[in-house]
Amino acid sequence: MSFTTFPLGGIHPPERKELASAVSIEVMPQPQRVVIPLSQHIGAPCKVSVEVGQEVKAGEVIGTPEGFVSAPVHASITGKVTAFTSVLMPIGRMVPAVVIERAANHPVEAWQPAEDDKDYLKRSPDELKGRIKAAGIVGMGGATFPTHVKISPPKEKPIDSVIINGAECEPYLTADHRVMLEYPESVIEGLKILMTILGVTKGYVGIESNKPDAITKMLEAAKGSNIEVRTLQIKYPQGAEKMLIKSILNREVPAGGLPMDVGVVVQNVGTANAVYEACRYGKPLIERVVSVTGGGIKSPKNLKVKVGTPVSQLIETCGGLKPTAGKIISGGPMMGFAFYDLNTPVIKGTSGIVVLEQKDATGSDKFNNCIRCGRCVDACPMGLMPLMLSLFSEKGHYADAKDYHLFDCFECGSCTYVCPAKRPIVQQIKLAKTQVKP
Amino acid sequence: MLRHRLNLKDGKIIRKIMEAGKENKLIVSVSPHIKSSESVDKIMWTVTATLLPTFVMGVYYFGPKAVIVTLLCIIGSLLSEYFVQKLAGKDISLKDGSAVLTGLLLGMNMPSTLPFYIPLLSSFVAVAITKQLFGGLGYNIFNPALMGRAFALITWPRAMTTWAEPIANFTGMDAKTTATPLGILKEQGLDKLLEVFGSKMHLYSELLLGHRAGSLGETSVIAILIGAAFLLLRGYITLRIPAAFLAAVAAGAWVFGGKQGIFTGDPLVHVLSGGLMLGAFYMATDYVTCPTTKKGQMLFGAGCGLLTILIRLKAGYPEGVMFSILIMNCFTPLIDRGFRTEVFGAKKKA
Ligand code: SF4
Ligand code: SF4
Repeated sequence: MSFTTFPLGGIHPPERKELASAVSIEVMPQPQRVVIPLSQHIGAPCKVSVEVGQEVKAGEVIGTPEGFVSAPVHASITGKVTAFTSVLMPIGRMVPAVVIERAANHPVEAWQPAEDDKDYLKRSPDELKGRIKAAGIVGMGGATFPTHVKISPPKEKPIDSVIINGAECEPYLTADHRVMLEYPESVIEGLKILMTILGVTKGYVGIESNKPDAITKMLEAAKGSNIEVRTLQIKYPQGAEKMLIKSILNREVPAGGLPMDVGVVVQNVGTANAVYEACRYGKPLIERVVSVTGGGIKSPKNLKVKVGTPVSQLIETCGGLKPTAGKIISGGPMMGFAFYDLNTPVIKGTSGIVVLEQKDATGSDKFNNCIRCGRCVDACPMGLMPLMLSLFSEKGHYADAKDYHLFDCFECGSCTYVCPAKRPIVQQIKLAKTQVKP
Repeated sequence: MLRHRLNLKDGKIIRKIMEAGKENKLIVSVSPHIKSSESVDKIMWTVTATLLPTFVMGVYYFGPKAVIVTLLCIIGSLLSEYFVQKLAGKDISLKDGSAVLTGLLLGMNMPSTLPFYIPLLSSFVAVAITKQLFGGLGYNIFNPALMGRAFALITWPRAMTTWAEPIANFTGMDAKTTATPLGILKEQGLDKLLEVFGSKMHLYSELLLGHRAGSLGETSVIAILIGAAFLLLRGYITLRIPAAFLAAVAAGAWVFGGKQGIFTGDPLVHVLSGGLMLGAFYMATDYVTCPTTKKGQMLFGAGCGLLTILIRLKAGYPEGVMFSILIMNCFTPLIDRGFRTEVFGAKKKA
């Protein structure tokens, strides 16, 4: 059977999902100490709203948003604020952070719901939006765009469909897969809430065909609703918003445009789950499911982790690193960020920690001249000519790169994956983007 | 190990980790973090290997001389590559296989009856001048092997058009010389060609099997197709260029190739003869010198085909594959510029 997919380009890297896809979500014990960055989203960073020495409860706001495109940050454990610091995030930015510590003799206190609003679907869109905003929910697939902003499109952009992105097309990652398997109702209810807020009647869940068990679960959970669960062909980057919308609705987001330009809002599986928990129980986004996987991890797992937990503890919970470990990535191996400091905390957008073995990981090796083989052109889902972008960037002709649609590239990495000359095309593209104005 | 890493906090950590020996090395680089196993070396050596059936057929029909000519071309290519790179102070890239491939392709484009200096000098033109002087692999405008051959054809026109008769000849004795099927077609017409080969069916089957005079690699169509099929299956080449090339030749031959007016030509003779198969599957598909977009490649193939048939029917040479590809090579940058890909979400013309 052939499943729907997007027309241009795409690649088939080894999936390596088997490492962790069968491992149930395990709740990681609360850490003693968390470091919570005040900027875990795209947009303005938060202003700290606690003081050093202050006792905070799990779920309490510690950072308040500054500006519309921003989301509050909450304490993920109960304890005392011991310091303000700054941490280097994998994306390569230093951000201010709040350190919270639980005294050794202090019992572990988990977050408790204050309410259980069973009639959440009857609330007004504004009320629901308010709860989502208060919960500090951001896109949990890695983009970390504040969700309440994404579901507040301007009037002239009517929305008619909401899509939940369950493609999880990045190799290795299995967190969304497990969430769909273990909390299918929450995801579907989250989608219903989003549909209510946006006033649309049609919802979709897109899942790649390599997750048949998740598809079955989601179909069951969606029974009797206006939600269609769509099986998608396995092809990277199926989970990119534009590709997903093309695959499911056959609509093409205009170059330089947003999903709302074609009447669609896309949200990630984890985000839908968080939306549900926020709207029903008032739960802030203080924990998330993270896949800790890869050939360099002793026993790959899917962990439910408090935001702010250092990566080193996740790795320890998974049995530690193998001696062959060569690269640690926040996110998937195609678009994630390599980092070296294992004190790096988990944030709202951390979908996975992938540890590659040295033999599988690419470094900044020497690269060759482009042999013009055209593989990158055939692989690009955006219909670009990556070889030209690469060449222009290498030569410093950034304006020419722009002429070749530099800014339509979303850095999916397909071109670089297939390039036999091992050219660092994405790196060159990123550089060019900093050198010219869109 | 873990503890050790946790203690390294300062900005020099990458270097420290790098220096901490293999065991503790954590690589930090820009995404993507995995890459396919495809490499330039692998591609070049694979293409070289797929030419083996063709080479074997050449040796079968033309004997040890075929081996010598081919080896001279390969050695000449390797030496040229080595010396130019040495002189220019560049890394020596002999093991990437591209010089060997160029040499082999050049050999496949030569008759077996050459004095030793022609293969050597031609491979110098191919590798040193056409490729390295233009900036090395990836920057050359013209197909190196074909430039080498064009140089030889213009410099030694007689030697390059003296063809040995293909008789499974393993003695190395001088065979009788003869004309190529396309030569006969050009000079004396299709009727004469049929007379030489007996019947049309026999002509086709001899062309398929390779029992004909010509360059070493112009013998067996079947041998070339075996190699090409492998490349197609592996995705190393696509049908865009070869199909357009062959279709254009066939169409041109059918429409303009007949004596009794238009639409009376025999497309099959033209498609199976000369260097067309080798040219369409191995020369025109050379990555460096052909366009990179789908549309561009089809246009390029069709252009090669039309020029080929134009030369075969109307120009002084019996064969036009080489010149047509070289001419189209000139247009590659233009085609690439003019026939760009269609960007996802670009405004569709109403
Ligand atoms: S990284 Fe950019 S240029 Fe490369 S395939 Fe993806 S969208 Fe195309
Ligand atoms: S895949 Fe690499 S070598 Fe091939 S055309 Fe693209 S950049 Fe050049």
